[in-house]
Amino acid sequence: MLEAGVFLGLAGLSIGLLLALAAKKFKVEEDARVSAIISVLPGANCGGCGYPGCAGFAAAVAEGKAPVSGCIVGGNPVAEKISEIMGVAAQSVSPLVAVVYCQGDNEQAAKIAEYEGITDCAALNMLGGDKECTYGCLGLGSCVRACKFDAMYMNDKGLPVVITEKCTGCGACVRACPRGVIDLAPADKEVHVRCRSYDKGPVVRKYCKVGCIACTACVRACPQKAITMDRGTLAKIDYSLCDNCGICSTKCPVKTISYPKKAAEKAS
Amino acid sequence: MVNLKRGSGGIAVPEKKELSSSAKIVDAGLPNELVLFLSQHTGAPASALVKAGDSVKRGQLVASTQGAVSAAVHAPTSGKVKAVEDRYHPVQGRLCQAIVLEPDGLNELDESVRPRASAVEDITKEDLVALAREIGLVGLGGAAFPTAVKLTPPPNKPIDTYLLNGIECEPYLTADDRIMVEEPHDVVFGFRALMKSAGVKRGIVCIEDNKPEAIEAMREAIKPFGELELAVVPTRYPRGGEKQLIQVVLGREVPPPPGLPLDVGVIVSNVGTAYAMAQAVQKGLPLVERIVTVTGEGVKTPCNFRSLIGTPVSYLIELAGGFSGPVGKVIMGGPMMGVSLKDLNAPIVKGTSGLVVLQRGQIKREKVLPCIKCGRCVEACPMGLLPVWIAACSDSGYLEDAEKYRAMDCIECGCCAYECPSKRPLVQSIKLAKNRITAKRRALAAKK
Repeated sequence: MLEAGVFLGLAGLSIGLLLALAAKKFKVEEDARVSAIISVLPGANCGGCGYPGCAGFAAAVAEGKAPVSGCIVGGNPVAEKISEIMGVAAQSVSPLVAVVYCQGDNEQAAKIAEYEGITDCAALNMLGGDKECTYGCLGLGSCVRACKFDAMYMNDKGLPVVITEKCTGCGACVRACPRGVIDLAPADKEVHVRCRSYDKGPVVRKYCKVGCIACTACVRACPQKAITMDRGTLAKIDYSLCDNCGICSTKCPVKTISYPKKAAEKAS
Repeated sequence: MVNLKRGSGGIAVPEKKELSSSAKIVDAGLPNELVLFLSQHTGAPASALVKAGDSVKRGQLVASTQGAVSAAVHAPTSGKVKAVEDRYHPVQGRLCQAIVLEPDGLNELDESVRPRASAVEDITKEDLVALAREIGLVGLGGAAFPTAVKLTPPPNKPIDTYLLNGIECEPYLTADDRIMVEEPHDVVFGFRALMKSAGVKRGIVCIEDNKPEAIEAMREAIKPFGELELAVVPTRYPRGGEKQLIQVVLGREVPPPPGLPLDVGVIVSNVGTAYAMAQAVQKGLPLVERIVTVTGEGVKTPCNFRSLIGTPVSYLIELAGGFSGPVGKVIMGGPMMGVSLKDLNAPIVKGTSGLVVLQRGQIKREKVLPCIKCGRCVEACPMGLLPVWIAACSDSGYLEDAEKYRAMDCIECGCCAYECPSKRPLVQSIKLAKNRITAKRRALAAKK
């Protein structure tokens, strides 16, 4: 009994000493700033910054490779904290949100074929989709599954909806969409041309009730001259010029352009 | 007679060839509009030489090759170019540039269409290769690989055997069968021309044993030529895949991609390709028409048509008596590898060997169940792959693992999905993985 106790005690003591020595000798010099930055990051590992997870981004910031405002999800508050840790002046970032540039749900743009197969928009896109429009939303919800912040859902008509309050602008949905229907836009802008079809007006008219028909009414109506015709067949808004007035939206005959609700409420 | 070797994998499928195997090839005539895609082949798209308003004649070059692996496009009949615009490509599933032609009904021949030789001996090897390139010849079995590229193998890879693929293992389709029955001498003429252009001395005509009429016709036709042999292959899907065919007939294994048949000293061409080559040598006619089987329980009278490239699917179905009842699916190609069409205005392309129309009642919509790891897909795979693993990796987004399990070796024959008791869409998952791997490789190459 006694021998066992002495033996165990000695063994424990020697191994403990060995570990203590090893810890001293093989100590890894770690940049204290990295762990400090990790502690202020959101920790969602969304990849929106372009680095593999939050730890990867923190290391890149400490090495000076990534900007202190690189965390899109964290926005200005996180950028400020990181710049404090790094000891540099904070640059302000304008927050972005995801916008679905298509309104062609199952009512507005009818399906012309029945799809059976795996529930993945990329797979359906390889077959050309189940609607006549070759530009619009495929409606299988790959973007919703890609969202790590629970900021998207599919509505009952088969179109994804972004909950702007929850959206962090990480861009995971943008990368998940094989048709490029989703894109990031400045969060304070509310007027969007919600169509991506480059087909000519009469062709769009045939398959979608809410697609841009390139009538150019918005281009002529915009007091800021912010709207141009991309490739001559699709209206495009320059967000740096747009002031959310919403005149284009009221002029659009097919209601492709969204109306700035919040801005209107504020004004009234 | 050629000694056959054992091939692995494959499945027995209902053949259903009796629907159209005795229907003689008939001319499909002129539709109101022809749509000629600039990308009907493997490789770079052709570039258009005409614009809206131009008048063209039958056989006139309307789009020329771009780069080494590409194929020219010719006008199938005389008429006016209505537009050069983006149209929906039924096989590639995306918008592609196309020449839209309005026939004038006169069918005037272009002056470039003139006979080259009446015997294979009268034309040189170099002229034959140039001719194959000039007429835009592609493999008519389905993949539409430019034939001229096949005919000019690198000098360090000697070719000893040329296989003529008359297997036609896809159920329903009978286009190749009918060509061999009706035009065996032209097929042999074209085959000898192809052999000469590639400088190959030994040729084997391969036919599945479910086509006795074609076997007899071809046996007679090759008799005068000592360098030609006949191989009658037992029926099993997918023997018509070139890798499977080489395995069975010659016992050689084609190395995995980018390995090609020429790495084991073999070239394989479809009987339709040989027939088109014969037309080019004897009449100078470019590849502007092909034999298309329109069949299935969904059409009233299944037929084999000699159809102009660019003819709308709806026109051919009308010609075959129209639909026999409620339609389930219209498939371009065979039921195993073909694509289900969403738009019947889509045109026939160079690689379209048939249209299979199925009735609504024939389409089974079974629930997809979880994989039970029974391994039937592994047994069925003619490439010796593990479809279950590749599909699982693809579904969960592990692209590197899908690549490691050799997703790129998949020939998309559909055996695994056909055999799966849980009805899992395995091929679609694997196709998606292949598509993503290709995109990734392209992005990597662009970075470098």
